[in-house]
Amino acid sequence: MWGVLAAVADPEIPVVSIVDLGIVRAVEPDRVVITPTYTGCPATQVIERDVREALDAAGYRHLRIETALAPAWTTDWITPAGREKLRAYGIAPPGRGPVQCPQCGSSNSREISRFGSTPCKALWRCGDCAEPFDLFKCH
Amino acid sequence: MASLPPIDLPSNATGAGAFDAPAGVEGNPLFEYLLRLGDDSLVLGQRLSEWCGHAPSVEVDLSLANMALDLIGQATLFLDYAGEVEGKGRDGDSLAFHRDVLDFRCCWLVEQPNGDFARTMARQCLFSTWQHLLFGRLAGSADERIAAIAAKAVKEVAYHRELASEWVIRLGDGTEESRRRMADGLDWTWRFVAELFEMDPLAGFMAEKGIGTDLAAFRADYDAAVRAVIEQATLPPPPDQRPILGGRRGHHSEHLGHLLATMQFLPRTYPDARW
Repeated sequence: MWGVLAAVADPEIPVVSIVDLGIVRAVEPDRVVITPTYTGCPATQVIERDVREALDAAGYRHLRIETALAPAWTTDWITPAGREKLRAYGIAPPGRGPVQCPQCGSSNSREISRFGSTPCKALWRCGDCAEPFDLFKCH
Repeated sequence: MASLPPIDLPSNATGAGAFDAPAGVEGNPLFEYLLRLGDDSLVLGQRLSEWCGHAPSVEVDLSLANMALDLIGQATLFLDYAGEVEGKGRDGDSLAFHRDVLDFRCCWLVEQPNGDFARTMARQCLFSTWQHLLFGRLAGSADERIAAIAAKAVKEVAYHRELASEWVIRLGDGTEESRRRMADGLDWTWRFVAELFEMDPLAGFMAEKGIGTDLAAFRADYDAAVRAVIEQATLPPPPDQRPILGGRRGHHSEHLGHLLATMQFLPRTYPDARW
């Protein structure tokens, strides 16, 4: 079952799955519990639809999908594999230390914009390789 | 229908069922309370989205659009819940698109026109600071659903508050022109702050039930936080002005109707439209 869900890609960042991001909170005999990342994230509805399609295709039509708001999603739930996939894709994973450029690994970076292309990301630029990059915000 | 101005009655009408309306409160208190929370977010989200494509730079454009998205997300959660509580088959969309001005319960601050970027940031700073403190308390609400929404949203609102405060400081402590505009923006929005803390019978009732919260309890924290931002912006504190109240009872400024006309046009003209 987790394997079926691990094949469902996040619609905004397709290199990571919804399991990598910690969106799937529980898998039980009769239901799957998912949680939205950001309150207004437009991907939330797409994710629910994609989960439904994946479950149906794998023969789990009887499972219902529930959305739980509490406890609130946090980037701490992103798996180590998910963090690595983000980095390889060019998005600095969330963390509390210095922000490392996903291109060259330099910590000489600065914030350009608090909000990036999606609610979960901020825009940063590397001072060494001069490339702009997305940072998955610690949340 | 428009409600009449509130009449102060002794608060001796409580103590029956949890959701029996106390004196001075019309209708279902929880429904009315959720409209207040949802409408604040909805109307400010709509206002901020007016900046989309018009902000001073692409980064700011993204910031404002993302904040609008967060706010619309809050509104969806609160208004969907309000619809369930009401039990008349309405959901968040029908409450957003098929109510008229007099049935909205947002405060005056959020419905004010954007003005220039400085005024938008003044409004955002004053509102997000309040909403951040409010949601921090509502995260402990006796109503589990409100607590869950607030606990989730408070993390996002912390960003809004920080971003808006930074802009107030940057513009206030900036050039002669940015400073003048920031002072004007604060001056314009300041008169709407008192309403955020208004404890009318409904607010008092919800606080008593542990579902809402005593707004007066964090007024001092709010004032201190806003004062600190204004000081850092090297601006004089805005002078006290006559407070304007009424949004919570459906008495709105002329601006809300114009905002709703834009927001509601499509779903009202094409009622069966789907994405």
